[in-house]
Amino acid sequence: MKADIKTREYKTVKEVAGPLMVVEGVEGVAFGEVVKIRTGAGEERTGQVLESREGISIVQVFEGTSGIDTQDTTVRFIGDTMKLAVSKDMVGRFFDGLGRPIDDGPEIISDIRLDINGAPINPTARAFPDEFIQTGVSTIDGMNTLVRGQKLPIFSGAGMPHNELAAQIARQAKVLSSTEPFSVVFAAMGITSEEANFFMRDFERTGAMEQIVAFINLADDPAIERIITPRMALTTAEFLAFECDMHVLVILTDMTNYCEALREIAAAREEVPGRRGYPGYMYTDLAMGYERAGRIRGRKGSITQMPILSMPDDDITHPIPDLTGYITEGQFVLTRDLHRRGIYPPVDVLPSLSRLMNQGIGEGRTREDHLGVSDQCYAAYAEGRDVRNLVAVVGEEALTERDRKFLEFADSFEKEFVIQGRDTNRSIQETLETGWKLLTILPEAELKRIDEEHIKKYHPSYRK
Amino acid sequence: MPEFKEGLIKSIAGPLVIAKQMKGCEMYEVVRVGEEGLMGETIRLDGDEAYIQVYEDTSGLKPGEKVIRTGEPLSVELGPGIIKNFYDGIQRPLLRIKEQAGDYITRGINVPGLDPDTQWEFTPSVEKGTQVAEGDIIGTVPESQVITHKIMVPPGMRGTLIDIQQGSFTVNDTIAVLEHDGSETPLTMKQKWPVRNDRPNKKKVDPSVPLLTGQRIYDTFFPIAKGGTAAIPGGFGTGKTVSQHQVARWADSQVVVYVGCGERGNEMTEVLDTFPEIDDPKTGFKLMERSTLIANTSNMPVAAREASIYTGVTIAEYYRDMGYDVAIMADSTSRWAEALREISGRLEEMPGEEGYPAYLATRVASFYERAGRVITLGSEERYGSVSIIGAVSPPGGDLSEPVSQNTLRVVSSFWALDSTLADRRHFPAINWLRSYSLYLDFTKQWYDETLSADFRELRNRAMVILQEESELSEIVQLIGPDALPERERLTLEVARMIREDYLQQHAFHKMDSYCPLEKQDLMLKTIIQFCDLAMQALDAGVGIEAINKLAIRDEISRMKYLANDTFTDEHKALAGRLKEQFNALGEA
Repeated sequence: MKADIKTREYKTVKEVAGPLMVVEGVEGVAFGEVVKIRTGAGEERTGQVLESREGISIVQVFEGTSGIDTQDTTVRFIGDTMKLAVSKDMVGRFFDGLGRPIDDGPEIISDIRLDINGAPINPTARAFPDEFIQTGVSTIDGMNTLVRGQKLPIFSGAGMPHNELAAQIARQAKVLSSTEPFSVVFAAMGITSEEANFFMRDFERTGAMEQIVAFINLADDPAIERIITPRMALTTAEFLAFECDMHVLVILTDMTNYCEALREIAAAREEVPGRRGYPGYMYTDLAMGYERAGRIRGRKGSITQMPILSMPDDDITHPIPDLTGYITEGQFVLTRDLHRRGIYPPVDVLPSLSRLMNQGIGEGRTREDHLGVSDQCYAAYAEGRDVRNLVAVVGEEALTERDRKFLEFADSFEKEFVIQGRDTNRSIQETLETGWKLLTILPEAELKRIDEEHIKKYHPSYRK
Repeated sequence: MPEFKEGLIKSIAGPLVIAKQMKGCEMYEVVRVGEEGLMGETIRLDGDEAYIQVYEDTSGLKPGEKVIRTGEPLSVELGPGIIKNFYDGIQRPLLRIKEQAGDYITRGINVPGLDPDTQWEFTPSVEKGTQVAEGDIIGTVPESQVITHKIMVPPGMRGTLIDIQQGSFTVNDTIAVLEHDGSETPLTMKQKWPVRNDRPNKKKVDPSVPLLTGQRIYDTFFPIAKGGTAAIPGGFGTGKTVSQHQVARWADSQVVVYVGCGERGNEMTEVLDTFPEIDDPKTGFKLMERSTLIANTSNMPVAAREASIYTGVTIAEYYRDMGYDVAIMADSTSRWAEALREISGRLEEMPGEEGYPAYLATRVASFYERAGRVITLGSEERYGSVSIIGAVSPPGGDLSEPVSQNTLRVVSSFWALDSTLADRRHFPAINWLRSYSLYLDFTKQWYDETLSADFRELRNRAMVILQEESELSEIVQLIGPDALPERERLTLEVARMIREDYLQQHAFHKMDSYCPLEKQDLMLKTIIQFCDLAMQALDAGVGIEAINKLAIRDEISRMKYLANDTFTDEHKALAGRLKEQFNALGEA
């Protein structure tokens, strides 16, 4: 904080409602300014100005408003917007949702203090993401390839193994032929301590702990703090990626809790609600976070984002997954149907998508036949699933020979391609070979989406 | 410029700032807010208070900071230098912003839309002493390798040219002087135009020429006309953006304006990376030589997102006035509507459906109404057109929401994206049963004259087959395909051929990405011919299984990957083999 800025203290709290507090008689308060609050009992709280009028400020209090009164509480405006002191020393450390250390380590001291809201990257400065990340998971590498600098969320539901999958990806993700510095920024918003412990144990088990920066807001931590947690994480990630040349994977979990907190504030401010009570600006708000993924020309590092969100009632049209899907570059969808049948990872490839896949695969990146194989598997699996529905009505006897082949393909696809162990790390070659093996179930004339040249070169029947 | 009294900030909430002492300020006037001079626009007046939507991040603004009026509405600068440029939502060149501010877009940057230093070679096309009126072309500037920029007399002006120069000038230099009623007006190559007003024209004419896109589903089945409007609604992952890119790349318009409105940063980067690389089949140069891009990504300030659509369409109208066919892609109009909603919410206006303001319908309609094929201003008869192709992103893919519904009421081509098609990688995932085009009638004559009257016939037959398929597939769901009579099983097969071998088009395949109209005609002919021959064969007692096994089936499915320039010959041979194989069937 600059020394010449006069900090101003007031004891004029007029109204407290939900997470909001109204302070009167203030002067020169900036929109977005940080506020330090001391309750009558001497407790310290942090807040931020949501609306600044002449003489009146509306402040959102991150740690909750219990204990704040309209008599003894002092409010101090610090003359600056929300900033985070960042340094390379943050790697390997644990912080709370507002960026205060919660391990036994020292405070982060640094001259570099960054605005936690960041600034939009100029589209002309972005470098298009095209480096293939091998995650070792076939449904991802083969069908929905992840690339460096992409934002690709996992859409899941309560009770599904999204945490296991995220941890597996964090553990196995690598860029072929690259040994550049890598780190994981982990932001937990309102998850249970069990879930948090799972991640920590997993990171510890695999020795990833030294590369991790964690910001943790647990389910019993103040809800409004969650608004800040992902901003802290992404500010750190930007610093590590674009100033320290690191490749950063950011895991944000669970975005649903973040959006709930957003709704809570909007309701407290009596704003006109959009769909299902979520504020009309939720799209913009989410975009401000998700869009901080990417690469910048002339800088070595990258930010790859993997937000996790649990879809309320598994409903993909719910505003949270819906708006997320419009911003992110694809999505992995986990479905209960696959999960119930004991398939791990229960990634349903049909609604899943990676928009940047085409740029990250093919000759020189993965293999020339990758696009064809993946398209063909999709189409065949989709058709097979249709046939499966048909069987439920008319019985298997009524099927044509062609339909039977597709049904067999769909079954085998789930058994051999989708299913893999939690520690199974398949190379992209293995994944594609599995794909080819399955495609032999179908008559060759059905392989319309693969170049003839590639069929001749890779189809098992030509390679005997 | 007249001096205005300074106003003072009264309150700040997100992008909305209320300022006092603003009496005399006009609606939609541009103001500079705060010490940093952030750009904003007045959107409501109340006594001496002005409500301002600010185009930049407002964090750190304080009550009591000054607000300065400019006396002008939000305008764009029109002149040479727009083509090949890359703007934000309020026409600030992004490369210039990068020079000034680095990799991130920071606040308070003020750069003009047209570069004041670039020298342009101006060649007059009229002589000194000529009587000119609004819209008359007085000279030309080679703006890019493809586009000849025509310098016009701005709307509302006329008189005698008492001076006109030739040579190198910047956009601010005087190139001619116009005398009217004793007063002299210097003319430059630059015009300013308020973005919320449409540029005048003489007359709107019927859109009777199709805007060819090289995409089979549009050109054959649901064409858009030059000067027409089309909407592509679809949930996420259905391929809206790829569809937009494809149309931008291949449409036979002379100028492309691409507006990325509230969309992904990486997508804009992709456009920026690829447009200068893509070969333009019509001109032989790169596509960027006739394009301009406007990017206001989702994380850029929301008020500027609202403006970006208008910035784009005003630029499009300007090139239309020169006599060009312009196509503007707006991706996505839903984000624009959401920006309206956000601002309206901050104004505490009474909300309409789903929180959108009650004036949403009017705004949507008046935006699309700026499309059209017109006779432009100017003494010579000049035709130009603006075609608008707007993407819509309905929440949950549900088209009953207000933005989709209001859009459908005004657009004439509707290309419905379908997530079930996208899930099985049928791209473009346009649902052929739900889409429609009102330009079929308008453009019929053109198609009949350019190809032949058969083509529309073929199209209609294909539509009937697809319609039959959808009815039959309901029956199949109940009783299984084997229970159908052979003729109907054949219909299903042919429908599958139309879907997979014709409608599916691979945007990233070098041959299939663009399909010329002649090739579309021949491809569809082949499939329908197959259908006819197969029906005859069935009548002659040949079994459906034998027909399905014909080798020609496989060839038909690979037709789309054949090279475009040699396709006519290849097709002849293919049609020959088609007949032979059916003859052989009949003899067997």
